[in-house]
Amino acid sequence: MNNLEYIKERFNQLPVVNEQNGLGVIRQKAFDALNKMGIPTTRHEEWKYTRIGSFFNKEYKYHTAGAFSAADLAPLRLPAYEQANELFYINGHFSPELSVIRSKGLTVQSLQEASKNEYKDIVSKHLGHSSNYLKDGINALSTAFVQDGVFVHIKKGQIIEHPIYIYNITDARQANVLAQPRTLVYVGENAQVKFVETFNTLGTQESFTNRVIEIVVEKDAITEYYKLQTDASHASQVATTHIQQIGKCVTHTVTVSLNEGLVRNNLNIVLDEEYCEAHLYGIYLQQGQSHIDNHTVVDHAKPHCESNELYKGMLDDQSTGVFNGKIFVRQDAQKTNAYQSNKNVLLSENASVNTKPQLEIFADDVKCSHGCTIGRLDEESLFYLRSRGISEATAKSLLLHGFAVDILEQIKLAPIREYVDKLISERLEFDLA
Amino acid sequence: MLSIHNLHASIDEKKILKGINLEIKPGEVHAIMGPNGSGKSTLASVLAGREDYTVTDGSVTFAGKDLFELSPEERAGEGLFLAFQYPVEIPGLSTTNFIKTAVNEVRKYRGEEALDAVAFLKLMKEKMAMVNIDQSLLSRSLNEGFSGGEKKRNEVFQMAMLNPKLAILDETDSGLDIDAIRIVANGVNKLRNKDNAVLVVTHYQRLLDYIVPDVIHILYNGRIVKSGPKELALELEERGYDFIKEQFKAEA
Repeated sequence: MNNLEYIKERFNQLPVVNEQNGLGVIRQKAFDALNKMGIPTTRHEEWKYTRIGSFFNKEYKYHTAGAFSAADLAPLRLPAYEQANELFYINGHFSPELSVIRSKGLTVQSLQEASKNEYKDIVSKHLGHSSNYLKDGINALSTAFVQDGVFVHIKKGQIIEHPIYIYNITDARQANVLAQPRTLVYVGENAQVKFVETFNTLGTQESFTNRVIEIVVEKDAITEYYKLQTDASHASQVATTHIQQIGKCVTHTVTVSLNEGLVRNNLNIVLDEEYCEAHLYGIYLQQGQSHIDNHTVVDHAKPHCESNELYKGMLDDQSTGVFNGKIFVRQDAQKTNAYQSNKNVLLSENASVNTKPQLEIFADDVKCSHGCTIGRLDEESLFYLRSRGISEATAKSLLLHGFAVDILEQIKLAPIREYVDKLISERLEFDLA
Repeated sequence: MLSIHNLHASIDEKKILKGINLEIKPGEVHAIMGPNGSGKSTLASVLAGREDYTVTDGSVTFAGKDLFELSPEERAGEGLFLAFQYPVEIPGLSTTNFIKTAVNEVRKYRGEEALDAVAFLKLMKEKMAMVNIDQSLLSRSLNEGFSGGEKKRNEVFQMAMLNPKLAILDETDSGLDIDAIRIVANGVNKLRNKDNAVLVVTHYQRLLDYIVPDVIHILYNGRIVKSGPKELALELEERGYDFIKEQFKAEA
């Protein structure tokens, strides 16, 4: 049985769809959409350069986790975790036992629960709000199993001092694993919160993670979101982040992709109220046979909003990259400021990148710019450093590190910034000291 | 220290240097002057090891070694320094980190221990005072947003930190006002001693008022056509390069 058939069978095994709560309806809609559209192939314009079909032709196990000890987790923990809230997802299942909640005003519970209790209005209003799941098979697949998801609520007016670390761990010690972590985050009015998300695969079997997180941000709130992708070559993922800015608020995201396998990121941001601000940054360093695909959408739906986007990439060996950045400026969205830039450095003859900035503007009083570059390391800069006695290898590292620095500076959590800087420096064989 | 013998070099099949001979000894200051396109900057680039140029004939010995057997970083390790006409801006690389890396790589090449943070800071303070450069400049990204004068001062500061045997100043005066020229020249003069040498490449005589050469060579059409004492610069200033062109066109 291939993966997709297996998935469908799993869906049918689940308890009968309960029409009483919103989850049942949305699940059935998603499942129907999945059956209709199937898993996207490279014939699909949005998936032209990223092939995920093969992950569905093999046998994967869904939601099976071996026994876990604290010792298994120790090496996966992020720096300064003692000062963080920690949410653990094992093979896509949230683990309340392993997770640690330190902050007041932070509530974490299952979506099933939240869809019935005091949060049910928020859940029914915002879960799948984007309705993207109806347009994209892989998102539909996640939504069909949304009952396993988690609801994260940040109370109005709360400043969550401890960052929230989200660990996505796939246990591929016994078999190939399909994991579908699913989260709905609600950031209340005037609240502030920082998220850091990582992905790790244990064992040597293959893992495929199809993770969806929806973040709803209320007015006057500030949300920072850092995604670190450092998983192994036998681990692949599609990671969809949907941010809905429903009040005048600020979001700041940085996506760091040092993955060794295949990664597809969908980052969708809807600026759905006047005077919203969104900052999106990305850095990818690809080596070996790895593949990174960053698809971003910034949807300016209302006037006076600002978006800033800068993604930078370094591609070595046989690695491949994709950047597709869309900016929509709706007819209503006058006085929009929208900037987008994608810069790539190719470090080998066999590395490649496809970059495609797209601007669709329906308003007439806006400031928008976009641009992309693909180049090699600047010869004159290299010569300058070498003429000062610096070896060619070190000079390259210095230049590449310098290229990455302005993105690293956008990580405003010092321990995480230092950690990422260290990872990048190690990959570049660059001595930070 | 440096001996250039019958040096020929070309770029993209185009012959630029057509037989240069030059001998520089420790303690000396030489100047190379010449009209635009005569090959001045090419000579500086070939000596420092820029890869755009192909050496087609001749030889260069530096500190007893065949220069063309050495990579640019090895040349720096041996004590060759090129002050760039257009120093490169490198965003994201702090000037201090860059210089620390350079100093320690050169020390490694020379078989010396790397400087620790304290020793490096001490050396930096001393050289900063010597060439009159401000700390705030050094904590910024390398040359990024520096004025022309600041970039050239940074070149002289790097020279001070690396303590080369031979410094080549490639049109260091270009684009600088007279105050900036004076500051840069003072820096260079403070670094001069009996064991090192300077090769000043310049279009104008002005810089030579401050860095006084022992010998001036006039480069024209890829060859040194005339050498003489420092007064030669004054003659050039007076008469322009046309008399050189007139005199040597026939040979070109």
